[in-house]
Amino acid sequence: MSIISGKDLKKYYLAGETKVEALKGLNFTLDPGDFAAFVGPSGSGKTTLLSLIGCLDKPTGGVLEVCGTDVGKLDRKAGARFRGEHIGFVFQDFNLIPVLTVYENIEYPLMIVNPLPENERRKRIMALLEEVGMTDQQHKYPDQLSGGQKQRVAVARALVTRPKLVLADEPTANLDHKTAYMILELMKKMRAETGTTFIFSTHDQKIIGEAERIFTLEDGELTGTSRTGDNNNA
Amino acid sequence: MLKIFKMAVRNTHRYARRSLLIVSLIAVGVIFVQVYMAATNSYKTLIISQITDSMLGHLQMHKKGYLVSVENVPLNMNLTTEQTARAEAILKANPMVESYSTRIKLGGMISNFAETTNIRLAAIDPKKEFKTAPLLPSRVLEGNNNLKADEVLVPELLAKGMKLKTGDTVVLVATNKDGSVNGKQFTVGGIIETAPGPGGRDGYILLADAMELLRMDPPEISEIAVHLKDFGKLDTAFNALAKAFMQEKTKDGKPVFEIHTWEKLSPFASIAKMIDMMTLLVKIMLVAIVLIGIMNVMIMSVYERTREIGTIAAIGTQPNTILAMFMAEGLCLGLAGVIAGNIISVVVIYGVRLLHITFSFGMREGFILTPSVNPLDFSIISAIVLAVAVFGSLQPAWKASRLEPVKALKSI
Ligand SMILES: Nc1ncnc2c1ncn2[C@@H]1O[C@H](COP(=O)(O)OP(=O)(O)OP(=O)(O)O)[C@@H](O)[C@H]1O
Ligand SMILES: [Mg+2]
Repeated sequence: MSIISGKDLKKYYLAGETKVEALKGLNFTLDPGDFAAFVGPSGSGKTTLLSLIGCLDKPTGGVLEVCGTDVGKLDRKAGARFRGEHIGFVFQDFNLIPVLTVYENIEYPLMIVNPLPENERRKRIMALLEEVGMTDQQHKYPDQLSGGQKQRVAVARALVTRPKLVLADEPTANLDHKTAYMILELMKKMRAETGTTFIFSTHDQKIIGEAERIFTLEDGELTGTSRTGDNNNA
Repeated sequence: MLKIFKMAVRNTHRYARRSLLIVSLIAVGVIFVQVYMAATNSYKTLIISQITDSMLGHLQMHKKGYLVSVENVPLNMNLTTEQTARAEAILKANPMVESYSTRIKLGGMISNFAETTNIRLAAIDPKKEFKTAPLLPSRVLEGNNNLKADEVLVPELLAKGMKLKTGDTVVLVATNKDGSVNGKQFTVGGIIETAPGPGGRDGYILLADAMELLRMDPPEISEIAVHLKDFGKLDTAFNALAKAFMQEKTKDGKPVFEIHTWEKLSPFASIAKMIDMMTLLVKIMLVAIVLIGIMNVMIMSVYERTREIGTIAAIGTQPNTILAMFMAEGLCLGLAGVIAGNIISVVVIYGVRLLHITFSFGMREGFILTPSVNPLDFSIISAIVLAVAVFGSLQPAWKASRLEPVKALKSI
């Protein structure tokens, strides 16, 4: 039933001759619709874990199943297809495509990755623009937007293909506290409407409270998991 | 697909200065090649038509073995009456042949009773000859170009040396093929201008006069010159005629005739070849410019946009699509260069025409360089540049499509 399950998940990097053990055998599961956070100090392995779940990198050992697929076995093409179909990404630095407008950035996955007919695309994009409150900015280019606005566009882009899972590595690290909070609220709202599973990583204690499930990472090991009710908002 | 090109175009705008630079570079290369080709082609065509239309003709037929001993103007290498008739039948049957002219070439002496010197003569039928070498009448500097019986057209330099004028009486002396010498009195009918190349210093008399002088009975012919309807189809015509002529065999099975294009007959052909070589060299330089330029720009682009590539790869863009995106960008740069280059080339080529640049060839001056826009050359050069632009972006685009998303996303 779980959407993600990791069994003895390991990731080693080779930095020259030395082996860096970024993940030292993690065991965990996430359920559909979870709003979860990976927390931990810098270097604890948050980005590494999200890259593995996002099928951007392969585990060194153990098994990682995402949406019922053993992602360690996907090749480059299958990996790209899998990401396009099941996963949305929100990045710390927003990573919008600078030559495309807000509208076109959200349209990109439906154009290049999972093609949809024009009128269908338009409907979806307009609805999402409305949801993230960017309808009146849709013709602007990314460099004309504030950080918070960019991240809202990024959230819309991540959701436009209706993925089962949205991964966000430190989505608020480049935003001020108020904006960060708004972005998390937005993600939560979208989760409520679409049932999409959201996973984000952060080391910002203040926003950790927004998560409903918290996985604490320390030095490549899972040192704690906790579940909170959705009742500790500010 | 359209979207990919739209993104490619916008990405070229993004690095406007760099794109402008490479587009200008390609454009300059294209202009250089197009103008160079137009100019050399104009020069070449003009010179070739001068040579072929002044005396040579486009093709020539002789008895097998004539050409190797052409310097001695041999008389024992002539075509018999029947052989000539066979040759004429073949030429008449070929629709690509516009006209032909039968000639007797001979060497002899010319005397004005005070001086005697060597002369080479071409004996012709003016009607046929003027059709086959249409510029010949214009080479007659003085006197009447309508060659009549007992008249000789004397080459310019010889006339100068012997102080001959139109209307003067001269004696031509020639040895016939049995070795007996015969002379005949002629009137100078005109002075003929020197033309560069073989046969450019020949005097002209009528065929009938030559036969009398050489005591030829039955008549013989040493050379048949051919003028084609379309010089552009020289090779096709040559192949067709060569095939037909090779079928004519002597009793012991050897070919009767030999046939040559003007290229085998005139030293200018090697100059024309050299011009073609230079054109090839210039084309290779263009290819190198485009290749290095585009590769350089695309390598920079991929390097600078590594994170962006990581992003689009992460959100599910297939490697092949990424490859196509960058190749499209290279193609757009190439296309912009080609369009700009071709437009400016057309302007420059017509500009050159307006300038009335002149050059001289042989004794003649005042040939005007009239380069023209050759659609075939333009298309070929454009196609080459576009192909090279795509090829040049292949390696950087390939690299982009193979980037590991995690690593690409981390780069700054
Ligand atoms: N490509 C790599 N090569 C070598 N070592 C790496 C590589 N990527 C990460 N590491 C190491 O793996 C460990 C975990 O790194 P990771 O980026 O996952 O941490 P993080 O929790 O995301 O840290 P931060 O909060 O600073 O982003 C660190 O010790 C890091 O140095
Ligand atoms: Mg990190």
